[in-house]
Amino acid sequence: MSYRSMEEAQERCEKEGIEFWKAVQMEDGDERGVSEEDSWKEMEHMWHAMLDSLDSYDPELMSGSRMVGREGGLMDAYRERQDTLCGDFMAKVMGNALKMGCNNACMKRIVAAPTAGACGVVPAVLVTYYREYDVPEEKMVEALYVAAGIGQIIANRAYLAGASGGCQAEIGSGSGMAASAICHVKGGSTAQIGHACAMALKNLMGLVCDPVGGLVEVPCVKRNVGGAFNAIAAADMSLAGIESQIPVDQVIDAMKEVGDKMDVSLRETGAGGVAGSPRAAEVVARMNMKS
Amino acid sequence: MASIFDILGPVMVGPSSSHTAGAARIGMIARQLFGRQPEKAAVYLHGSFAATGKGHGTDKALIAGLLGMRPDDMRIPDSFQIAQEEGMEFTISPKDIREAHPNTAQIIMEAEGVNTMTIQAYSIGGGRIRVCKVDGIDVDFSGESNTLIIRNVDEPGRITDVTGALSKARINIATMQVFREKRGGSAIMVVETDQVVPKETMDELQSKEGIIRVKFLHAN
Repeated sequence: MSYRSMEEAQERCEKEGIEFWKAVQMEDGDERGVSEEDSWKEMEHMWHAMLDSLDSYDPELMSGSRMVGREGGLMDAYRERQDTLCGDFMAKVMGNALKMGCNNACMKRIVAAPTAGACGVVPAVLVTYYREYDVPEEKMVEALYVAAGIGQIIANRAYLAGASGGCQAEIGSGSGMAASAICHVKGGSTAQIGHACAMALKNLMGLVCDPVGGLVEVPCVKRNVGGAFNAIAAADMSLAGIESQIPVDQVIDAMKEVGDKMDVSLRETGAGGVAGSPRAAEVVARMNMKS
Repeated sequence: MASIFDILGPVMVGPSSSHTAGAARIGMIARQLFGRQPEKAAVYLHGSFAATGKGHGTDKALIAGLLGMRPDDMRIPDSFQIAQEEGMEFTISPKDIREAHPNTAQIIMEAEGVNTMTIQAYSIGGGRIRVCKVDGIDVDFSGESNTLIIRNVDEPGRITDVTGALSKARINIATMQVFREKRGGSAIMVVETDQVVPKETMDELQSKEGIIRVKFLHAN
């Protein structure tokens, strides 16, 4: 059985003197009957797929609706002028989040993390850091175990689908996963990994899923930026010693409660939020005319 | 229960795990059940597949699957062109299927010298699917395990034929489901196995009276 709470996972870590990522890997081995080595290879494959996906970005490509596609290239060009507000590293994070979101919208290969719509958050944080700071690759694979383990706890207590719980369940969960993962890379303890996730989730709680025309494009691509920035902020807070006053398990439960109360028009139906705006109606009408 | 690779993964061609990756998988499983690449395929999209399928590349992904591409195949966006090159004719149309899951596709496959086959399946998210009808008969399987699918006449002894042959080959049955169209009519057995069913066992089963068709899906 996979972990149903961070509390349970943390207890095991303390009892057995292991790190959180290891506890996740051991559980995966038990659950699927695979060796630690095979599990590791699979996770390594996910990591390489993320690297490959980022490198495959084509700034000329646009999505079928022509709403998105160029954002990654625009951000790169802007960053190269060395005049960003957020600094070089964060501008790279932003660019990578956009590239992954655009790749997804343009039918390129991505890694769902936890979903396709939120596929930019985890690599924007992890790959950017990896390439900037020359971290051993093993550390990044460990970090993916952390992200997956956190996502699994969220899935077990709440959900990961926008149709079930709004965007807080997709970009929100992706952000929580990324916050915990980068916290691990930076040497955070299991407790700090939990706090990072809790803070990231709280900051995005209530986020609705309102895709224009039902497509995974607007506002999804740019929300990956929001998720990635938020993850880094939450991890930095946690590493600074700032704690979430509400334990992560209870934050996840609260997210579920909020998602359950969310109106169906705000859960991936393409009806409410920005999907319900007059401009969205124009876009949809234009697309229907084309097809 | 979701494994960590349902959380991180699948590696897939975007934009949607349910509408793109799941659709490709439906096409791929349909092709495997048919046993070859269809010469003609009629694809029907129901519910959300019909409403937002175009924008999600559901149509391209289904055709890609029928061409044997996996959900992470970079050629998925070009599947229509590839189908044309490979001589696979296809049509895609919306269809309201009663009481079907919102992400449902129905595929009718034809090829010279083999019986036409109709598959109905739906996408449940995360790139996973369920096949719910084969030639109009209700079934329920995912193709994630080794799966033996047997069309037979609904009469006594056919289940024993199958379990006997599997037992002889030392194959353990994980799950087994039996379905039928009507009493004494056409029936389907769906048997998920822990081991791969060897060709000899398939041939043995195929040669038995009252067994119409035997198909094996490797876990994938």
